[in-house]
Amino acid sequence: MKSKLVSLKEAVGSFIKDGDRVVIGAGLEHAIPFAATFELIRQGKRHLDLIAPISDASADMLIGAGCASSVTGAWVGNVSGGLGHNYRRAMEQGIPHPLKVNDFSNFSLAMALMAGAYGMPFVPVRSLLGSDITQSNPDHRLLQNPLSDEADPVVLVKPLLPDVAVFSVPRSDLFGNAHHWGSLGVTQEAGLAARKVILLADEIVDPAVISSDPNRVLFPGFKVVAVVHEPAGQYPSPLTGCWKRDNAFFNDYHQRSRQRDGYLSWMDEWVLSLPDHASLRTKLGGRLSDLRIKGQAFSAPANFASE
Amino acid sequence: MAAAFSTQELMIIASAREIQDGEVVFVGMRLPITAFGVARLTHAPNAVGLFECGILRNEPAKDMLYTMSDPPNQQDAAWCTGTAQVMGLLQGGQVDAGFIGGAEIDRFGNINTSYIGGHRQMKTKLPGSGGAADIAAMSKRLLAIMNHEPHRLVRRVGYVTSPGGLDGGTSRRKAGLAWGGTAAVITDRAILKPHGEEGELHLFSVHPGHTADEIKAHTGWELKDHPLLAPTPEPSALEMDALHAIDKDGFWRS
Repeated sequence: MKSKLVSLKEAVGSFIKDGDRVVIGAGLEHAIPFAATFELIRQGKRHLDLIAPISDASADMLIGAGCASSVTGAWVGNVSGGLGHNYRRAMEQGIPHPLKVNDFSNFSLAMALMAGAYGMPFVPVRSLLGSDITQSNPDHRLLQNPLSDEADPVVLVKPLLPDVAVFSVPRSDLFGNAHHWGSLGVTQEAGLAARKVILLADEIVDPAVISSDPNRVLFPGFKVVAVVHEPAGQYPSPLTGCWKRDNAFFNDYHQRSRQRDGYLSWMDEWVLSLPDHASLRTKLGGRLSDLRIKGQAFSAPANFASE
Repeated sequence: MAAAFSTQELMIIASAREIQDGEVVFVGMRLPITAFGVARLTHAPNAVGLFECGILRNEPAKDMLYTMSDPPNQQDAAWCTGTAQVMGLLQGGQVDAGFIGGAEIDRFGNINTSYIGGHRQMKTKLPGSGGAADIAAMSKRLLAIMNHEPHRLVRRVGYVTSPGGLDGGTSRRKAGLAWGGTAAVITDRAILKPHGEEGELHLFSVHPGHTADEIKAHTGWELKDHPLLAPTPEPSALEMDALHAIDKDGFWRS
């Protein structure tokens, strides 16, 4: 097998194109690959469709940088801070340019990705009955359950097929076989539905480590086109067993992005003036090492022996 | 003996009291996480929490949570899984209570967290549903927590992100939602609960330091008294201790 190990710059440069439908993290607040968010901004990608139920403040940053033309998701903001100021500016004033929103709920987005993953023509849900999401997003269709003789409205959700999904993982081998643990959000559905997957691995391990526990694998390695060894690639979000969340970073972003000028100076300081994620790690220094999880709470091993 | 408390603290504690012991609770982002933690440490030690990122907890997290995905919520979780699994349980009717925040709510308990002014003539873009639409539609009982201002408690929301009683009466059932609906709205001034055939929100309890007249003046419809109208009990020392233990940094109380 051929190694898929590349730099973040190469992975984003080669596999994410202007206009792509991208998933930048699928863990809601967990394991969001912000290093990829920052690299997309540095490379000046344009016209992306950002697919995610919630990707903490990642979508707001990409919108402010002018990388996105649309959002296909359930929520855009800053989870501990509140509103997403760039999202508001784009939607209300067209700054830096107008943005289209394809409204979903978390569950309907998970189901749309599941439909994409399993080749289903649609998925019926009840969970959007009564919500105007069926009005503002025509990819949700309200109709009578054809299998019921009683009045039984259901909502059909159209499949979603992302071009690329990027995930932060605690460990992967060189070939894209990776372990995930902790809360998973829609990672499995997004990984299976996406045409290409890029992994940002906190640690690169021997393939035997991954195959020792195949239940911790969410999608096959053959979906993965690039493996990037990027410690703290999820910073400032948390990664179970590896990194805590930098709450102050989210708060600072929230305050500074309130005004467009403040956002631009934030972006210059934290993204554009740094050539890569290694420079961000150096800039953070002790602030990053304080976020490293040092405790140990290991799971019990599971026996996979065949005889 | 009542303890000194802030408005925000009272709102979180009053919310916690709406959770019953032994319930399976779907806990929404931001303030509901803290309120659920307080309930667990006080009167509802056997309540179970489901979080949309894909977590089930039987025990409260041992440290401060800024988001439901933070490491203390992962360690010693009863189940770590995906959004589809936990929200699938919700859609399957296996969740007793859902707990969400809101920006704008109307007299039938419909919540807007998407577009102030509606999606065709939007004035303000809010973050969106997240899991709120699912939680409001599919929980057996919905609890909502929000600030009490006339522009937030309105006669009719411009966009229903999360359905309450829709147009009142039987309209929620007619829309195909076989169960659920708004059970309580906890604000920084009062608690509102539905009453009567239409299920309109009525003034159920008045927080200490507030008056019914002031609350009605801050409500965007003609708020009527619930037959059980009473003062909201002040937080006890036990409840305050629980809140301070859950929100160690004071982030959600400021």
